[in-house]
Amino acid sequence: MSSIESDMQNYKELLSQYLQTRNEAILYQAEQFSKQSIQQNISPDEIVNVHYEALEEVMPDMGERVRDSFQFLIETMIAYGLAYQEHQVLREKQIELRSEIGVAANMQETLLKTTIPSDEKVDIGVKSVPAKEMNGDYHHFIKDEDGNIGIAIADVIGKGVPAAFCMSMIKFAMESFSENEINPQRILDSLNRVVGRNVEEGMFVTMFYGFYDTTDHQFYYASAGHEPCYILRYDTGKFEEIDAKGLLLGVSNDVSYEERQVDIRSGDLIILLTDGVTECRVDDRFIEQEEVLDIINQYAHLDAQGIVEGVFQYFERLQDFQLRDDFTLLVMKRKD
Amino acid sequence: MKGTLSSVVIKQEWDIVGARQAGRQVSQDLGFGSVDQARIATAISELARNIYLYTEEGEITFEQVRDIPKVGLKIIAQDQGPGIKDLSAVMKDGYSTSGGLGAGLPGVKRLMDHFDLESDENGTKVTAIKWAR
Repeated sequence: MSSIESDMQNYKELLSQYLQTRNEAILYQAEQFSKQSIQQNISPDEIVNVHYEALEEVMPDMGERVRDSFQFLIETMIAYGLAYQEHQVLREKQIELRSEIGVAANMQETLLKTTIPSDEKVDIGVKSVPAKEMNGDYHHFIKDEDGNIGIAIADVIGKGVPAAFCMSMIKFAMESFSENEINPQRILDSLNRVVGRNVEEGMFVTMFYGFYDTTDHQFYYASAGHEPCYILRYDTGKFEEIDAKGLLLGVSNDVSYEERQVDIRSGDLIILLTDGVTECRVDDRFIEQEEVLDIINQYAHLDAQGIVEGVFQYFERLQDFQLRDDFTLLVMKRKD
Repeated sequence: MKGTLSSVVIKQEWDIVGARQAGRQVSQDLGFGSVDQARIATAISELARNIYLYTEEGEITFEQVRDIPKVGLKIIAQDQGPGIKDLSAVMKDGYSTSGGLGAGLPGVKRLMDHFDLESDENGTKVTAIKWAR
């Protein structure tokens, strides 16, 4: 109360000084006054009243009609005052929610953490960046006791919190598979049942599962409607699309996924990605698939992590540092 | 000391103005300043409009309350309408204003110093008090 009264006094002085001098410096002080009032949650109708009361003292001869007009203005401003106060409350709530989501995002990050296996035969690099705070993309590595590498990349159709929930479920389902039965087809078959049972209709997951046999350099894989993945052949310098077909996870219960294999030669690059990479939008246009491959090619001489970092930085800059979709790019490079 | 000062039956839209008028008269008599008068009138409008929009008929009653040394105005809005099913939903910010319906009950709560809401299938009773400064 006392602060409003002292502000009131302050306002009255400023007003009478201004009426005498029309000085810009006083207008500047008026601006400071309004900022201060906002900080103290003083609503617009109260400011009008402060003005009216100040005017009564500064200009006691103002007529009855002017007085009445102020009553009219105050009535009109009451609803604005309410809207203003509600806005303040909603803003605080938004800050609260945002920090809650921040905590959830941290939890998710911890939950979905996976370590890139170090291997003398394959070099692996990965970059996964969410568009919003929560990531709807997922990737996971596993190494069996013979040193073979299992690798999963998945994308929930949708973004934000619901996608993140769904991702956590996939992660726990993946953990129930033993390290020594990594089999792309079997993994997708059973994940399909998990997703079908636990996810609402209309939420779909695409996934690519690969198994790299480090002894004979065969790459076994199966895809559940996932974005096409590629191999960049070292000897020809050409891209090959990894040929894989399959229905998205959770669409139908009786699906069996097809497993294929491809021979990986020395220096070859396996490129797995989500549609946040290929459907990167610049202004109103989607970039072409060739453009993505071109960029990957430009960085292909680097080590695996160097490639994904380079490509990400390129597209991040292209999109003015605001990703439209979750971005995950994963490369495996045969070393020997 | 406590007593009913006046009461207004709300049946038609026009009665909202009547309730405002009566409320302004009593708040002037109790010595409320112009901003508080405007706040009270806005709160009355909200309460009366709720009765007009959602029920057949209701009543707004004005009482003087005293909590020495303060003097206040108590507004009671009562109807025999269908009642409000989800009380916490209507008291949430953004519930009615987002549809452009007005300040809603949270607005009334803000405009007044004390606010209480009871509702069941036999009707709704809102009690609000504003203390004169």
